[in-house]
Amino acid sequence: MIARRYTPVRIVLVAMFLCGIASAQVTLDFWSWRVEDRWAYEEIIAGYVEDHPGVRINYNAFESTTYDTILTTAFTAGEAPDIIHVRAYGNFETYAAPGYLMRLDDKVDALENFPDLALNGERLREDGNVYAVPFASQTLIVYYNTDIFDELGLAPPETWDEFLAAAKTIEDAGYIALANGTATASEAEIFTGVFAPNFYGADFFDQVVAGETTFEDPRFIQALEKVSELTEYMAPQFSGVDRATAQNLFLNELAAMYAGGSWEIANFRNQNPDLAFDVMAPPPESADDTPLVSWFLDGGYAVSADTNHPEESIEFVTFLASPEFGQQLTDKLANVSPIPGVVSDDPLLKKVTEFNQNSTPYIMLVGFRYEAPTGSVLMQQRLPGMYAGSMSPEQLAKEVTEGITQYYEPFQQR
Amino acid sequence: MAVERFVAGAGGRSRFRLSYHRRRALWLATLLLPPAIFFIVFEIYPIVSALIYSLFHWNGIVREGFAGLDNFRRVLFDPPYQAWTINAFKNNVIVFAFGMTVQNGLALFLALLLGSNPRGTRFYQVVFFLPVTLAMVLVGFQWKLLLHPLFGLVNKFLESVGLESLSQPWLGQESTALMSIIVVNMWRWLGFPIIVFLAAIRSIPIEYFEAAKLDGANEWHIARYVTWPLIAPAVTIIVILTFIGSFNWFDLPYAMAGVDGPPGRATDVLALYFYRTAFGEVSAGLQDFGRGSALAVLLFLFVLTVSIVWTRILRKREMELS
Repeated sequence: MIARRYTPVRIVLVAMFLCGIASAQVTLDFWSWRVEDRWAYEEIIAGYVEDHPGVRINYNAFESTTYDTILTTAFTAGEAPDIIHVRAYGNFETYAAPGYLMRLDDKVDALENFPDLALNGERLREDGNVYAVPFASQTLIVYYNTDIFDELGLAPPETWDEFLAAAKTIEDAGYIALANGTATASEAEIFTGVFAPNFYGADFFDQVVAGETTFEDPRFIQALEKVSELTEYMAPQFSGVDRATAQNLFLNELAAMYAGGSWEIANFRNQNPDLAFDVMAPPPESADDTPLVSWFLDGGYAVSADTNHPEESIEFVTFLASPEFGQQLTDKLANVSPIPGVVSDDPLLKKVTEFNQNSTPYIMLVGFRYEAPTGSVLMQQRLPGMYAGSMSPEQLAKEVTEGITQYYEPFQQR
Repeated sequence: MAVERFVAGAGGRSRFRLSYHRRRALWLATLLLPPAIFFIVFEIYPIVSALIYSLFHWNGIVREGFAGLDNFRRVLFDPPYQAWTINAFKNNVIVFAFGMTVQNGLALFLALLLGSNPRGTRFYQVVFFLPVTLAMVLVGFQWKLLLHPLFGLVNKFLESVGLESLSQPWLGQESTALMSIIVVNMWRWLGFPIIVFLAAIRSIPIEYFEAAKLDGANEWHIARYVTWPLIAPAVTIIVILTFIGSFNWFDLPYAMAGVDGPPGRATDVLALYFYRTAFGEVSAGLQDFGRGSALAVLLFLFVLTVSIVWTRILRKREMELS
């Protein structure tokens, strides 16, 4: 008897009613490459949705290695999501230049308060407009295991020589001094980016971007020579050690130090909550010098130019530009937020913020990733060989300069 | 019923009646249509679109003005692309040369041994063929772990038998990376040519071997003058498949080394190079469909041309041998 009551007509009526409710709600698709951050975004989105009952947000994260291919396909097929986590600089321009992204600096008032350095990562060079809300800056630093340092009576080294001496002490004690390897090409570039700025100096970036010098500059070559001195203290058989292995060596306390990016803080804490670690700035040559760190904007939140829900999308990215969101993201993911007013109690983040007071742009990412072959491609191809000793820093510098000169006018005019 | 009457007509004389041959053709066309559509959509269309893409300039992911053959010129003659193209091509040639000599040579040798039906033939057949059934990506990741410089079984084994000096980062140094992947490829594929050769050997009538023995031929003579000419068609198939497989090689180097052909492009091959150029290097490169498509077109034309010419030459040789 009960079953008979649910006639097809009634079922259809109920379905129509439910569809009516669903259609009153706007669903925004939000794509990202931050698979590991999904939990944090979902928590933050849950809070946002509570305050905006008419909006649903689907956070969908893809593997970073395939993210660009998926995004490209979606854009060209007209199936792009409403909100897009975009990287910065050259990669961002891939999507902004063809008009796939909505201009935001005339719609999100909060962007006025962002520092220019952060906005420049999401600014299209062609028109000078901003197309994404910057989400985090990253700094290249050295992680060290405080237990091992304490055990060996070591203090964080303040000069290059002290650093080499500490590395030797660590190796003599049976630990690996630096967990890093060069099997993952991007890791080799990051490793270089951690230590090299102290040797090529703060002025080099502007000069090389302006074409006043090239990568064959003696300062750059000397920096590469200096960083090459570290191979003695890197992981055994470092040329075959990839990113995952290097991190495992550090996380499992087989290695005392790891040179990497500030984005690893949360990752290391999640992977091994018992690991006692701290961060230090890469050591300068002399104790009189202030350590110089590489800095870059990690990415931003953009809105598809073809979104069917422009109003809701802009409202959501306005929230993503707010100190309220920045604070949540910083607290959850230990990111250094570019949003003015966001402060962190995290002692490691505080240190990173201090290091940023004397920073230089991460050279290839910020300056030479706008045309192919990018500076990073050229560097990453040759760095493993340089560290393995099959190529000299001079040769590397020459090849990188020649590759960039193919398209870079300031180099061509020299 | 009505339909049958319409088709057959009264007394079977309707002008709508289809002849046997037409009905058969219609039936075959119906069967062939789905694969034909599949082939057009997933084979012909991508090839044609790649050709069109290669003739245009691209701004990021947006097609711009007509470029003519400019993308081809750049990948073939402009630095650093020229060096990368030559390097990837050279590596493909190495893969092919090794596949032809060591892999297929060993496969033929083992097939000849198994062809004489020694004890345990079935067991060895299964053992050699088993890796062929495994997914290439699975094989790649598994061997990547086995060859891991610090935790891999290969180095651990060498150390355990006192050969520490031979322990090395197999995939991390230019001198060993490509060869390591080639050897894994051989381990994965060896069973396939063995089975093909063995099937060809077993299809030779036993009387031929008996007659040769009666004439006083030794094992070498039998292999050279009886077996070899009669398995020539199988050899042709394996040679062509080895060629195509070597120049389209992508999955194993991608799984074991990565899309950028590390270290220093030592494991780079044309398919990886094309993919990387078109879709961008991981966290380093930009997408360039023009140059990527130009590389894909060049690769396709090269494999197609050589395969056709070589097949004709080998078929001719088969005729001569038989």
